[in-house]
Formats: sequence, C-alpha cells, structure tokens
Amino acid sequence: MKDDEYLLKVDNLLKWFPIRGGLLGRTVGHVRAVDGVSIAIKKGETLGIVGESGCGKTTLSRTVMRLLDPSSGSIVFDGTDISKLKGRDLKPFRRRMQMVFQDPYASLDPRQNVRSTLMEPMGIHHIQHSGEDRNRAVEKLVEIVGLNPDHLARFPHEFSGGQRQRIAIARALAVNPEFIALDEPTSALDVSVQAQILSLLQKLQLELDLTYMFVSHNLAVVRQICHRTAVMYLGRVVEVAPTETLFENPKHPYTKALLASVPLPDPSKRTDLVALEGDVPSPVNIPPGCRFRARCAYSTEKCALTSPGLFEFGPGHGAECFYDIDFKSGSKKEVPAT
Amino acid sequence: MVAMSQGLDQDVLVVKDLRVVFHTYAGEVKALDGVDLTVRRKEVLGLVGESGSGKSVTALTIEGLLPQNGEVVSGQIILAGNDLLKESSADLRISRVTDMAMVFQDPTTYLNPVLTVGSQITEIIESEAKLFTKQVIADRLIELDRLEGEGRITPVLEKERAKLKSLSSGAKISKREFKRLSRLYAINILRQVRLPEPERIFKDYPFELSGGMKQRAMIAMALVRRPKLFLADEITTALDVTVQAQILKLLTELREQIDTSVILITHDLAIVAEVCDRVAVMYAGNIVEVADVNELFRNPLHPYTKGLLASIPRPDLKEQEMKSIRGSVPNLIFPPSGCRFHPRCDFAFERCPLEKPKLLEVSKGHFVACFLYEGGQA
Amino acid sequence: MKTEPGPPSRSADLRYALHRFRQNPLIIAGSVISIGTILIAIFANVIVNPKLGRSTDLDLRLCWNNPALNWHITNVFNCGGTVYPLGTDTYGRSVLSMIILAIPLDLQIALEVVISAVVIGVFFGAIAAYAGGVIDEVILRITDIFLAVPAILLAIVLLVILGRSFSILTFAIVITWWPTYVRLIRSQVLGEKEKPYVEGLRAMGAGRVRILFRHVVPNSIYPVFVQATLDIGSVILTVSALTFLGFSPSPLIPELGNLANAGSTYIFTAPWLIIFSGVTILVISLGFNLLGDGIRDVFDPRLRR
Repeated sequence: MKDDEYLLKVDNLLKWFPIRGGLLGRTVGHVRAVDGVSIAIKKGETLGIVGESGCGKTTLSRTVMRLLDPSSGSIVFDGTDISKLKGRDLKPFRRRMQMVFQDPYASLDPRQNVRSTLMEPMGIHHIQHSGEDRNRAVEKLVEIVGLNPDHLARFPHEFSGGQRQRIAIARALAVNPEFIALDEPTSALDVSVQAQILSLLQKLQLELDLTYMFVSHNLAVVRQICHRTAVMYLGRVVEVAPTETLFENPKHPYTKALLASVPLPDPSKRTDLVALEGDVPSPVNIPPGCRFRARCAYSTEKCALTSPGLFEFGPGHGAECFYDIDFKSGSKKEVPAT
Repeated sequence: MVAMSQGLDQDVLVVKDLRVVFHTYAGEVKALDGVDLTVRRKEVLGLVGESGSGKSVTALTIEGLLPQNGEVVSGQIILAGNDLLKESSADLRISRVTDMAMVFQDPTTYLNPVLTVGSQITEIIESEAKLFTKQVIADRLIELDRLEGEGRITPVLEKERAKLKSLSSGAKISKREFKRLSRLYAINILRQVRLPEPERIFKDYPFELSGGMKQRAMIAMALVRRPKLFLADEITTALDVTVQAQILKLLTELREQIDTSVILITHDLAIVAEVCDRVAVMYAGNIVEVADVNELFRNPLHPYTKGLLASIPRPDLKEQEMKSIRGSVPNLIFPPSGCRFHPRCDFAFERCPLEKPKLLEVSKGHFVACFLYEGGQA
Repeated sequence: MKTEPGPPSRSADLRYALHRFRQNPLIIAGSVISIGTILIAIFANVIVNPKLGRSTDLDLRLCWNNPALNWHITNVFNCGGTVYPLGTDTYGRSVLSMIILAIPLDLQIALEVVISAVVIGVFFGAIAAYAGGVIDEVILRITDIFLAVPAILLAIVLLVILGRSFSILTFAIVITWWPTYVRLIRSQVLGEKEKPYVEGLRAMGAGRVRILFRHVVPNSIYPVFVQATLDIGSVILTVSALTFLGFSPSPLIPELGNLANAGSTYIFTAPWLIIFSGVTILVISLGFNLLGDGIRDVFDPRLRR
C-alpha cells in the first residue's frame, strides 16, 4: 500500500499519563493508555476501533485529534505529521479533522442556539465571508442532517438526544472536513434512533466522501458501519482486519472471547456467553510479555517472556499473537517469526 | 427452558391496571397508563422498552420508591397475595425487606462509600433481626452439614452444630451470636455471587472493587433476604460486555439455586433473548406485547415490537439494512390520543387514534395491545 | 446512559421558578425591599428637592415633630409649625428627605463596587482556572494576600493615605472585594472546562480565549451573579461603616453612614437620627441579602446548566 493512499496514518503512537505520588509529587509510574498503536485509514473508509473500558480507544481518538499531545509516535494526516504541531500550525488541520462525541447532551454549549452553534466553526475558520452566505450555509446544513430551518433558533435542551446528535454532526460538517472521528456517537441513544443516526452517517460518507474513525464498544454497530475494524486491549491494537474477516475468522483469543460475549437477539441461539473470567485490567501495571496472557486460554511460557508483534494472517489481517489458533479444535501452531 | 407447565401455582406478582402520574410544572406526566403484568414463580421476565416507556417507573412503583411528585392514581400491585398499594408504610417496609429486592444500574452510587461492603450487607440482616434469625441459623447449619460431608468438621464445629440445632426450634440467641452468624451468612452470599475471596471482599470498601464486582455485591445485598421478587433495572448497562456476560450467567444460575422471580428491565433485546423466559414490551407507559421469548422473536405482532426488532444491529449478520422507527418517543404530558403508538405506526388506521387497544391474548401466552389483532385476525 | 424523553420547556422552568419564589415569604420580602430601594434611588431627586442636601444653614434646629407619635422632647429646640415625619438632623433638614437622598448615593457606590469587583475577579479567576499551572498559582497567591488582610483595615489605610472622597472609598472597597469573585469563578470554571462541549470546541479549532470568555464564563457565571446580589447589601453596610467612622468627604453630604455618624453624638438626646438611618442601612442590606438567597434557593442547582 502506498503511503499516499492513506488519509490518516498513525505510527507507533504512545500516550502515557504520569502518576504522581509521594511528598514531592514525583512521577512514580505511568498509565500507559495508548501503548504503541499503528493504524491507517484510507480516504472514504470507516475504521472501527473496539474494546472495553481501559483499552485506550477513547485516549487514542483524542490523541489522534490532537486534543492531547502524544508522548511519542507520529500522526500523519494527508502527508503531514501533525503529532508535534501546535497553535496556528495545527489550526488548518482542525478544519479538516472534526469530532463527534458520545454524549449529545453535554457536547453542545447549552447557552448557544443552533444557528450560533453552527456558525461558530465558520467564524473560527473564516469560511463564507458574508453573513448572508453563512445563513444560507447553516440552513443547508440542518437540512442535510434531517432537521429543519425553524430549529435554528432553538436551544439544545429543547431537543431530543437523537436530534442533538444530528446538530453535533451538522456542526462537524460546517467546515467541510475530510475526516471525522466519532466517539461512541450512538451509545447514549435509543435503539430505534440509533439506526437513524447510523444511516445518516453512512449517507453522508458517500455523498461527501468522508473518512471516519468510529470508536465503539458495541460490536454489532461496528459490524454494520465499519469497513475495517481494530480491536484494542490494554493500549494496543491486538487485531485488525476487514470487518467481515474479523467477525467471521478472528485470530486473536481476545477478539474471539469478545465476540463470544456479545448477546444475540435470537433466543434460539443461546450460548454460554462467558468466555472470559475476571475483570478488565487497568493500564497501570502492565506485565511483561503478551498483555493478554493472564486471561488467555491458550497462553504458553513463550507468551510470558516476550510480547508478540503484529503477525499477518491474511491480506490486511493482523493480530498480535505467537500462535495461529484454530478455535474450534483448540489446537494451535506457532507462527513463523517475522 | 420456558417455565410454562411449572409455576402455575400462585403468580408471584400481579399488576393490574396501574396508572401513575408525575406532577411537574410543565404539566402532568402520564407515565403509566394502565399497566398489566404478571410474573410467575421462578421465571425471568424481561421488561423491555426505550426511554419514556415507563419500565423503570413500573419497577419503582412496585418497590414503593416513587419520588415525591409521583402519584399512583389507580391500580393494584399484588405481591404474594398482598396488595402493596393498600399496605401501611410499616408493612410495606417489611415487604421491601423480605419479599422484594431491587438492583439499579450504577452500583457506585448505590453503595455507601464510607462503609465496608460486608457491613452494608449485615446492616440489612441486623435491621430485621427477628425475621432473619431463623434464616441465618438455617444457613449456618447447611454450611456445617456441607463441611461434614467434606470431612472437614472439627469438634468445635460439631459442638456449634449441636447447639444451633437445639436452638432452631424458636429459642433466642444472644446478640453476639447473631452478629457472628450474620457475618458468616453474608460471606456465604458473597460467595454465591461468585466473588473471589469473599472474606476479603467483606472487609473491602466499595472503591476497592471493580464495576463488575460492585454489581455482584449489589446483587448479594438484594439476595440476602431471599426475596420472592428481584427487580433488576438495567444492571448491566454500565458494564463492559465481558463483565455483562458474567453477570447474566450469574443471574441464570441464581434463579436455579434460589426460588426467586426476576424482572429484568432493559432496553437491550439481545440480553432479553439470552436470559429471559418471557418478555413484556413497553411503549410510552403501556404494555404493548407479552409473549414467551422464543415466540416474541420468532413472531412479533405489535408494530412497535416489529420495528424495534428490525432496528437492532446484529453482531452475527453481515451488513443488514438498518431500519428505524420514524418519529420519536411522545411527550407524556400530551400523549397521543387512543393508541399511543399510532403516530409512528405504519399500520395505523381510523380506529387507532380514537380508542386505546386493550392487551388481549391472541394465541396461548401471547398478548398484544393492537387493533390489528382484535377479533383474532393478524 | 439513556436519553430522557422530552426536555423541559423553558416556560416550565420559569413557572417552577416563580412558584418557588412565591412560596418563600423571605424572598418576597427581599424582592420588595430591593425593588423598592432601587425605585427610590431612581426617583429620589423627584421626590425630594436635591438642594436640601446642600443646606448650609447652620442654624442648629434639631427637633422632632411627628404628630403620629405623641411625643415631645422638651429639651430640644423648637420646630415651629412644620411636620418632620422622622425628625430633623443637626442642620434642620428632614431626616426622611436626607435618607431618600442618601439611598441613590449608597446604591450607586454599591453597584460600582460590585460590578468592578465582579469584572476584575472574573477576569483573573477565569484565566487562573483555565490556564492552570503557574498562572493559576500566582493569581491564587495574590488573591490570598488580599484575603488575608482584614477588609475594613485595608480600606481605612487606603483612605487615610489617599484622602477622603467617594471615588477613593469605592476604590478601597473594590480592592478588598475582588478576591472573593476570583475564588468563586475559579471553582466554577475548573468544573466547567472539563465538560464535553469544551472539548468539542477545542476539536473544532476554537482558541482558548474564545472558549473561555465566550463559552465557559457565561456558563459559569451563575454563582457569581448570586453572590453579587448578596454583596450589594454587604457593600452598603461596609460603606456605611466607613463613613460612620468618619471617612466621608463632608459630614453634610446625605449618606446613610454620615447620618448615623451625626446621630451618634446625640444618641441619648435625639435618638431618632441614628435609629432611622441605622434601620435604613439594615433594611436595605437585608433586602438584597434575602433576594440573593432567594435567587440561589430557587434556581440552584435545578437549573444549573
């Protein structure tokens, strides 16, 4: 894959948060929230990032969006490394990369009406110079997201969750971005509304040639809307593949366990959901070797000694495991070292 | 799997025509508009609905935990033969301790952060010492019998067993002895909810436990009283999916071990499919469909149920067309006339805005509140 | 977390607020007094001839002749035929008129003080909270220094050094008053800046200044507003205290503390001077205090956005 095919390329990204302790507030350790993540998203594609709490997916999205400064690593957007840019240098990228958040209630300024909320990004990035142009643009925006112009004078608390999320999407679209990071955009919404928002997102992607990074804990939603999916565990991407491949033929034991835990809306297909005992660990004291080893049914001594790199199991399908495991039979064979 | 033939003895809970209204300054919110519900012995009933459906309000009304501006306008809630709405507040408190228990969504807010987990459980036991004495003694005796069976009984324990046996016929025990037995009973319950190292958890504070462990502790607190009815209000919504799987498995196991019925309140139909025996679907303050779980998923009748099932994304199928239900949940201060779902219904006809459909049995055990099915036609 | 169905309409919020308002007799009293005070202040020059204040007739005619009270103080100079409802002061001016003329002056000073303190305090407090780090520390330490010094002492020292005029008086009180607002807005901003909409604005590319002053501060201003209302009453008390101690430019100027000062000499012979001016100070500051309390009770935290 040539590098210029990718709109976003993240290489070995690290985000560590220092833990201060002791009398003088010395740094006694680190929360290794993102511990070496490399992902790449092509233009027009949706990459899903799934994982449970503590896996680092939220930190990853915020670091990629430069709401946090990375500890190290690179974030290359359309050929430019933005990982170290600040202030005025970063601003043009802020226009090209936008974000939609989880909580539709809290992500809008409660004291701003819709028109003002949508016009603000235009003002910040000096788009559409005359007031008339802006008004017209704003009216078009609300229509694109399925609201209507008489909503413009209203305030966030007068809308339902689904409508607020539409406003948030409209706000993201106001500056004609190329890339949108979506952090659990439908988790706080009712199921029947969720489908509306997901359809809207897909439609917008096709019409406006958008690229998405879709962070979610909901595997079913990810399957519907993402072309490729990456599974995160304790700060690293443990498996990445085209979505169908990931769901049909996962290679990492954690992915397999995660998929097995998801309840199916079909009572005729009841299974024992519990594939993983114990709790999701915290990214503070990460043991050496493979970080999933402690909960893995297939781990060996080798897994305790060194940490596996990403092994390619197929085109575009990588997983961090020393073994090629056949989950049906339980047998495993070691993969050749790369 | 489905409790159809068994449990035909007395229903644990019968709710008849429950109407609840909230008095607010924006107007009267007609939250529950005639809810009918039955829960059989040892069954897990799923109560499904989205926001504004009234599922939480129903549970709170059953438990008697409505906020001040809530009023039960009419209806009956009959738990094990007693109408809870007619009981005095003293009797209701006893009912709450012994007959029913409720666990909520966020265990962090429902656990007292300054008390150890163990003390919060023993507090329940000690608050109703009289009611619990027999249970606590009986539990200890079972434990001692088990130890004997394992060959681990010592002379000290043998003596204890003899003493307890002589007591269990109504004699009183000292306060210290009661405290000791309560503690052992609490630890036992913590073990039952699959908490590792229950003796240690007993002494831990809530902040030392993870989300899943806290939720198990909450379930333990609920099970202490061996309630006849266990209300679980979105208990896994805030948990990771792998932890959720563990809690759901726990629920099914417990249902076997203890003679308890569960009302599992959730918006997630997938959980319902995995765990429940029967399902009741709520919309805007009404029960719109009740059926055995297999029947509901195979043959949903109410348009809302159909719409809901069609809009769930499935993790096991490739890209499907995601359907949604048009419109949004109505404002319950000014609810739609007649059938509250009719503005969003693709099958609505002239009668729908005029009258409210009643919940009728269309086939064995399958109830629907929809005019499409009145007269037995589908 | 699931969304709720219908959000509360705005008229519902208002109706609830008004209802709570009506329920509380203290708030009603507070509102009445405050509004009454403001009205008097606005119309003072219409009700009473402002020239009265500048009477230089030093023909001492201290007397009281209020027919409502059947009370004649004999060891006081005679009034002649005029009725003085609250008596006269040492310059023969009607105490009632003086009080009415004094109210706009005191209220004006109080408003100037409060508004200046709010502007300065909010500016520094918001920056301290949003910027954090060293800036926060520095501003906090400076604030601490000012808070450590007893307010009235500091004001007195300034007045002694800089002279006695009402502008200096205002300035002296502002100096002692602004730190409270720094603390207040700082704690609000600290909480508000963590909210998701701030993150959204940052992601959008908004600069820190814009986020802080156009978004965060307006959403944090509520407790400041409550405190400011309360403080109007407190400032009037402070001003009166200082002028009572003698720090006004001239004892002739109708100002509540001044009147009380004049009355203190005659406390046993002509008690009405100090009583009525003192009571006015009390009532006005109490009124604003109750109003501020009421606003806080009714609106907070239910409508905390």
